[in-house]
Order: sequence, then C-alpha cells, then structure tokens
Amino acid sequence: MTAPDGYTAQHADEDEALHQEEALQGRPYELAVVQHGGLFRDLISDKLGIASFIFLVTLIAAAALAPWIAPESPTQGNLSNAFASPVWHGGTWRNPVGTDWQGYDLLSRLLYGARTSLIIGVLVVVLAGTFGVLIGLLAGYKGGRADRWLMGWVDVQISFPGLLLAMLLIALVGGSVLSVTIILAINGWMVYARMTRGVVLSVRERPFVEAAEMMGCRPRRVVFHHILPNLSTPLVTLAVLEFARIILAEAALSFLGLGIQYPTVSWGLDIARAGDHELFGNQWLIIYPGLLLSLTVLSVNLLSSWLRVAADPQEREKRFASRASGTVSGAAGGGGAGL
Amino acid sequence: MGRYIARRLVQGLVVILGVSIFVFVITRVVGDPVKFMLPLSASAEERDARREVLGLNDSIPIQFGRFAGDLAHLDLGESTYVRGEPALDVVFDYLPRTIQLVALGMLLAVVGSIPLGVLASRKPGGLVDRVLTTLSLIGLSMPQFFLGYILLIAFTVKLQWFESGPGPWRTHLVLPALCMALPAIGRLAIVVRSAMIDELNTQYVKVARAKGLSQRRILGVHALRNAGIPYVTLLGWEMIRALAGYSVVVESVFNWPGLGFMAKTAIQHQDFYLIQAIVLVVAVIVVLLNISIDIAYKALDPRVKLS
Repeated sequence: MTAPDGYTAQHADEDEALHQEEALQGRPYELAVVQHGGLFRDLISDKLGIASFIFLVTLIAAAALAPWIAPESPTQGNLSNAFASPVWHGGTWRNPVGTDWQGYDLLSRLLYGARTSLIIGVLVVVLAGTFGVLIGLLAGYKGGRADRWLMGWVDVQISFPGLLLAMLLIALVGGSVLSVTIILAINGWMVYARMTRGVVLSVRERPFVEAAEMMGCRPRRVVFHHILPNLSTPLVTLAVLEFARIILAEAALSFLGLGIQYPTVSWGLDIARAGDHELFGNQWLIIYPGLLLSLTVLSVNLLSSWLRVAADPQEREKRFASRASGTVSGAAGGGGAGL
Repeated sequence: MGRYIARRLVQGLVVILGVSIFVFVITRVVGDPVKFMLPLSASAEERDARREVLGLNDSIPIQFGRFAGDLAHLDLGESTYVRGEPALDVVFDYLPRTIQLVALGMLLAVVGSIPLGVLASRKPGGLVDRVLTTLSLIGLSMPQFFLGYILLIAFTVKLQWFESGPGPWRTHLVLPALCMALPAIGRLAIVVRSAMIDELNTQYVKVARAKGLSQRRILGVHALRNAGIPYVTLLGWEMIRALAGYSVVVESVFNWPGLGFMAKTAIQHQDFYLIQAIVLVVAVIVVLLNISIDIAYKALDPRVKLS
C-alpha cells in the first residue's frame, strides 16, 4: 500500500470534518459513503480505517528503525535506574516510558518487541499463505483423488486445535524466531488452502478459463495466469486477518514461555515476566506492552474490515444496501481470534 | 442417525490415530524421553540402562507396535513429573478443574451473548449495538492473557474483591471464568445479532406478527430457535478452543490448577508420557464435541440431513 500523490494530513483533516456529521450518526468503523476515486479515498473517509493505517505505518517505521531510535539497548540495564517513571509521571527523557525492575528501558523493549511481532507475522503469512495457496490450487484444479486426499488432510489438521501440538514442538526444538515462525506456519496454512480451493472451483467453470484451455494453454499457465489473479482480493483480506491472528498466537506462545526466549525481545514474554514480578507493584510494566499489542492487533483488524468492504465491489454493494435499509452487517464478524 | 454416528466415530478415530502418531514421532524421534527422567548426575550407562528398560533402544516400528498395544489397554506410561503416578490418572486428576472453568466460562458466555445479541438486533446502530461491536472488537484484538491481567489488577489488586493472598491460587473460579467468557461473548453475540436480523426479516415472523403474537413470543420462541443454528456451531467451536487452547493461557495467568496448567508444566519438564496422555485425552474430547455439535445441529434444524 503506498500513499497516493498529494495526500497530506490536511486532506485527512478536511475529510474528517466533512464526514464528522455522518460518522456521528453511523457507526464508527463504517465507511461514511461509498464513493468513486479509488481505495485510498475510501480509506480516508473511514475514520477508524485511516487511524489504524497511520498507527500501523508508524509502528512499522519505528520497528524498522529501532536500532537507531531506541534510547538504549533493550537487554542492557542499570539496576540503580530500575523503576524509573515515564515522562508523564515526572520521569526524565532518558527513559521516556520508564524502566523495569532490571533497569531495562521500556521504550526500547517495546520497539524491539514490535520488531519481533511484525517479522514473525509477515514471515508466517508468507510461508503459510504460499503453501496453502499451492495446495488449494492443486486440490481445486486437479480435483478427484488429489482433491479428496488433500482436503482430508486439511480437515484432520483443522479439527484439532494446534496450540498444544505447537507448544510440544517448540519445547522440543527450542524457541527462536525461526522455530516459532515455522511452527505457526505449519499450524496456519489450512485456511488458505480451503479458501483457494473454493475460489478455484467456482472460477474454473467460467468461460474465460474454458477459453484458455481450449486455446491450448498448459495447466500451469491456466492456473497461474488465469485462475490465480481472481484470488488476489480474498487472499489479501484473509492474509491481513491471519496476520492479526499470528501476532496474537506468537504473543501467547511467548507468554507461556514456549516461544521467543530471553535475549530476543517479545511483547508476550515481557508481559509474562512483568506479570510474575509486578502484579502487585508497578503494573504499568504489564499494561504498556499489553496495550501496544492490543492496539496493533486492533488496527490490523480494523484495516482488514475496511479492506474487505473497500476492495470488494459486492461487499460495497451489500454495505450500501444494508445502510439504506437500516440493517448493518457487523464489521467484526468473521475471522477467529487467538489460537 | 445411528449409522451416521458410527461413521463419525470412525472418522474421529482416524483423527485420534493421526494425533497419536504425530505425538509418538515427535516425542520418541525428535526428543529424548530419558533426558529429564534421571538426575543430571546420572552416567551415560545409567541412562542407557533406563532406555533399555523402557524399550527405547528398539527400532521405531517395534516401539510403535508396543505403543499402539499399550494404547489399546489404556496404558499411557507413568508420569515423570508427578512421580510414579500413571499419566492417565494425573490427567483425570486435573481434568475436572478445567471442565469447571470451561463450563462456567461458556455458561457466562451464553448468558451474556444471547440477550446482548437479541437487544442489538432490535436496533442496529443503537447503543447496545455499539457496545456489542466494541466488545467483539476487543474480543478479537485483546490477547486473553492481557485481559486476564487486567481483571486481576482491577478486581484483585485494586478493588480486592477476590483473595490476593500469598497462596498459590490467586483467585476464585469467577475471574478465570470471566476471562474465558468475555472474548467469547463478543464473538457469539455478533452471530446472534446477525442471525436474528436475518430471521426477523423472514415471512414466518411477519405471519407471526400479523396474527398478533407478542414480541416476546416472536423473539423467544420463533426467531431465536432458528437463529440458534449457527450459534450452536460456533458455541461448540468456542468450547473446543477453550478446552484445547485458551485453557492453557487462562490457567497460566490465574494459576488455576487444571489440565492446561498441567500441560504447560509437563511440556516445560519434558514429561513426555504425561504430554502424550494430555494430548490424547484432549483429542478424544474434541472429537466427541465435534460429533455432538453435528447432532445438536440436526436436532435444531430438522431440514439438515446428516450424511
């Protein structure tokens, strides 16, 4: 996603003012109006959408620049400087968000934690998405026995919640960014396969696919040039939703001590350690990482709900119609949380 | 119906078999069961002797044959963490606590989600609807362990409604159950809401209204029953995930001594007989729940053909 030319914060302000009235009447996450002018215009008119977009861009930039902008190393503390207060509680700018019981700078840990979460999220989505889409294409296009076996595999793996097995695997191979990534990918590819297969089944009967086959396209060309492009919209929406789920799953594993291990920084791990140490003391050490994690996932969810509506003409139509008749479909529907 | 259940049970056995093969492979082939059974000071010979006793020096197929045979006798080995106890007994010692937690959590979720969803459906965009949307977004976005800590900080540390003594069990059952229920309420109520909106726009509701039935009767007897069909499926899913996933997290936050807590402990201590027993018992419960969901589905909607 790139910012279009000429977009400034001022535009956003103007737009916000323009839609304030409608936004007050409608529900907050709703697209104010369905209008022409591209995805980004829609995004601007969706107040929560643009807020989460800005939040995520800031977070990604901060995470990428963490080595340069973090005040201190996240794993070097000075015990004499433990429990420094945040700036807004009378602390100093040396540790803007304060320090924990070991004197680690909290802002640095938050930034490096964002790095871990985002990297794992992206890697898992790419890995699981690629594998799932390939399996789905194969099952959907080949049909017959291949379809039955592959989808049987998907059904078996889906019917058993993966957290226990993931915990077991990580305990055996050890927790690291790489192992957590691979194990979450093993646990998460099935949804992509199911969705891809569904789309392939509906698309392959359409005339343009038949025409391509008639003209003598090889199966590979039919699949990758004619069928695959139809997947882009649902795939992007699903990938964004999965991204949110994966961030939560990584945090949960790390929280249990069965994910990211000590020298690497993870929000989940930080919350677990703060929960052990500071439940009755300095609770901000639990609340800040937890809040940042929640806000990140919330933003991704809001962005995906905007994307689902904005990128799909049919959904837009539905949204428009339901607005007209006064019944509004839930924005948060679909997608599973957590594990 | 009977044939259908029989076939689903066979399918369930396949899932359980798949899970047990998976567990067998990763514990025996990837991990080393003896590593944590003996004290660190044990010599290589002692370790080897223990391996011999446990039959871990035999070839993998022979080991698997024995594993399958033991499984048929419900003999899952002895736990090494809870010394000397058969692993299956340990599981059944801790399982009731988890069932209590999940049962109360799901009860709260049902009690909370149905009225919330029905109220929200009566006035889309209204106050209740906004509360519901916010709640469901929180349910989707807030990690459950963070919610747990917020509950602990609010009700135990600040308000001191619940015991926060030095004892190992931080609170009563209410808080963990609430932590289990809140995200589920959001997810479930959204389903009630949209199903109710769909149902209230159908012909039969219009007929009911036209012949003068009370609003309560229309909502409670006619619409809710049909709206219950997607609800039951989702509730089943919530239960499965609560048992096999969320319980580990929630029980860890609240130090609730259930199966999820035990699973985490067993994994940390590489007590592989116990892990195996936990995973297999959970797999059986998951399969049975899945079948129950489908039967409930049929009971609610006579049009559904089980096949």
